[in-house]
Amino acid sequence: MIDPAYRKKMVVVEGSYAVAHSAKVCRPNVISAYPITPQTHIVEHLSQFMADGEIPNCEYVNVEAEFSAISALIGASAVGARTYSATTSQGLLLMHEALFNTSGMRLPVVMTVANRAVSAPINIWNDHQDAIAQRDTGWMQLYVEDVQEACDTLPQLYKIAEDNEIMVPGMVCMDGFILSHVYEPVVLLEQDLTDNFLPPFQPEDILDPEDPKTFGAFASPDTYEEFRYLHEQAMQKALPKIEATAKEFEEVYGRYHGGLIDGYMLDDAEIVVMAMGSILGTVKDVVDKYRAKGEKIGVLKVRSFRPFPKEQICKAVKNAHAVVVLDKNISIGTNEGALFTETKSCLYNSKVRVPVIGYTIGHGGRDIPVESIAKVIEETKKVAKSGITIESQFMDLKEELL
Amino acid sequence: MSKTAPKTYITSGHSGCAGCCDAFAAKFTLMGAGPNTIVINPTGCLEVMSTPFPYSSWQVPWIHSLFENAGAVASGVEAALKALGKKDDVKVVSIGGDGSTMDIGLGALSGAFERGHDFTYVCMDNEAYMNTGVQRSSGTPFDASTTTTPAGKVSFGNPRPKKNMPAIMAAHGSPYVATTSIGFPRDMIRKVKKATEIVGPTYIHAQAPCPTGWGFDTSKTLEIAKLAVETCLWPMYEMENGEITQVRKVKNPRPVEEYLRAQKRFKHLFTMEGGEEEIKKIQAIADWNIKHFELQ
Ligand SMILES: Cc1ncc(C[n+]2csc(CCOP(=O)(O)OP(=O)(O)O)c2C)c(N)n1
Ligand code: SF4
Repeated sequence: MIDPAYRKKMVVVEGSYAVAHSAKVCRPNVISAYPITPQTHIVEHLSQFMADGEIPNCEYVNVEAEFSAISALIGASAVGARTYSATTSQGLLLMHEALFNTSGMRLPVVMTVANRAVSAPINIWNDHQDAIAQRDTGWMQLYVEDVQEACDTLPQLYKIAEDNEIMVPGMVCMDGFILSHVYEPVVLLEQDLTDNFLPPFQPEDILDPEDPKTFGAFASPDTYEEFRYLHEQAMQKALPKIEATAKEFEEVYGRYHGGLIDGYMLDDAEIVVMAMGSILGTVKDVVDKYRAKGEKIGVLKVRSFRPFPKEQICKAVKNAHAVVVLDKNISIGTNEGALFTETKSCLYNSKVRVPVIGYTIGHGGRDIPVESIAKVIEETKKVAKSGITIESQFMDLKEELL
Repeated sequence: MSKTAPKTYITSGHSGCAGCCDAFAAKFTLMGAGPNTIVINPTGCLEVMSTPFPYSSWQVPWIHSLFENAGAVASGVEAALKALGKKDDVKVVSIGGDGSTMDIGLGALSGAFERGHDFTYVCMDNEAYMNTGVQRSSGTPFDASTTTTPAGKVSFGNPRPKKNMPAIMAAHGSPYVATTSIGFPRDMIRKVKKATEIVGPTYIHAQAPCPTGWGFDTSKTLEIAKLAVETCLWPMYEMENGEITQVRKVKNPRPVEEYLRAQKRFKHLFTMEGGEEEIKKIQAIADWNIKHFELQ
């Protein structure tokens, strides 16, 4: 039951509008973005806010390409501005080189990624291949389940990224179309609550003629490795900060979407389904049906893919009889999705011994019906009983097209 | 220069070659722009030699991001200064090589100029990619031998003339575009100063002869630069709102041969059969400059 007072605050708006509103109340100083489906509506709404004078002390840089969008934010962030962008797919790929550069210079740029498949063949619908391809760029990646979480994660991520102990950029990854174009009831972030929750950006080092500093220097083999180490250390510091910030957010706004991970019917689960993003809603529906029949199925939502919560994942699955990982991406050449690979990797060096299988699903916006999720659960039940026969596979391939 | 010469804001002790043109270009740029400047420097010789961590030659705030994005980074720096209410006091200046400016970074630079950001872009044109070992750029002159356009049995080197970069930048509606040369420090300092005082995107294209890449003695950088102007291969002019408003006259142009002979990159023109014809073609470029820019 939703509290009637809370229900009163809810509005039905498009996901993109809600996200743009969130970005606005985070009080960015510089926004720079380039349109690409299905991110477009986010930047259009932000442009309208700008045109209506609703974002004070903010410049919108209408760039000629995504590569310049992220580059402009590198410059802006180095001057001490809070910065925002949104992109997806080819746009995100075009940013690739500069993504490393942003994080290497430890500039806490925050961006929404409306996840979409990558070309070729060209396809505008959702999967996670674009963001997964950026997993080693040194950015944080938080995957969200619904529109409300896409909104609520933005101020959280700014707070984490801008922590002087961390100073690492981050992406809020939301499923393109499924979340960006859906109309669902949400509570739009309140300006006053957000101002309380998210302090102004106050970096220790900025480009300032009063106190000249050098950004983006040249490092030889003598010094380069330590930069990488410190970057990794910062990501490790982000792990508890992500948890703490989610809880702090809950205290202020009354909503919690999980910290690094989140469980659903997980405590006594014998079979665990792991996934990231909006698919979790469907999975939970299917699990509800199993629970109604008395079967102990649970869901493990992975919210933070970078930093990767190894310990939390090991702990969450330690009592399971079998785990299945659903990945909306594939690392071609391994026949596996990235979450699957990394889950196995962290279990191997732990004391947790549980069989894990993987499905790579929903490529290019392919629908994932409840029946398929149920089939996956049935397969995993077999694994729990008699061991792994097939480790990883594509879901619902159309044999007639092959 | 007199004793009252402006401070340079860039220290010596960098790891550039002796007689490095880029070091001169940076020095003269900052002498023109002054201390209240944020410098954006794309990848290239200048960036690499001036910031070996943990050292830095820069006495002004300085940022290097990538090879191809200086125009966009400068846009962001300018936008942020505006948003934070600091723009009035601070100048934004980008200093990039011909490769990062005319080739890989042209899109980002074009975007920044079209959007009208208030900053000055200085191209220090040493006419090739020096940092990766003297490969051709679109600023490499006709018949110059580079490692990717080497002179050979059937080649006189780079087969194409230089891209007319100042014209491209002027076509963006820039209020001020000027060419200059590190051989004429006062001219360069004056033009940079003027450019940084004008509101809007302004562009300075400075010829910067590189002893290593061009093949001349390290003591001769400024001399060679002057020779380029005196042979009329490097016309120096100012354009305001697309119109040429000032030209540096060359009363008695010297033959291009003097300039070519002084550099290894043109050596083949004096040894290969047919070289004379090629030198004539280069003289024709100088003659065209004389006429077009009314240098005399
Ligand atoms: C995307 C990318 N491609 C290639 C390079 C390698 N690279 C670094 S500097 C450089 C050439 C620089 O030439 P220029 O801009 O003319 O500057 P110079 O060093 O000659 O002053 C090249 C090719 C790079 N850093 N990034
Ligand atoms: S190669 Fe040329 S531009 Fe590069 S450091 Fe040496 S002299 Fe300077």
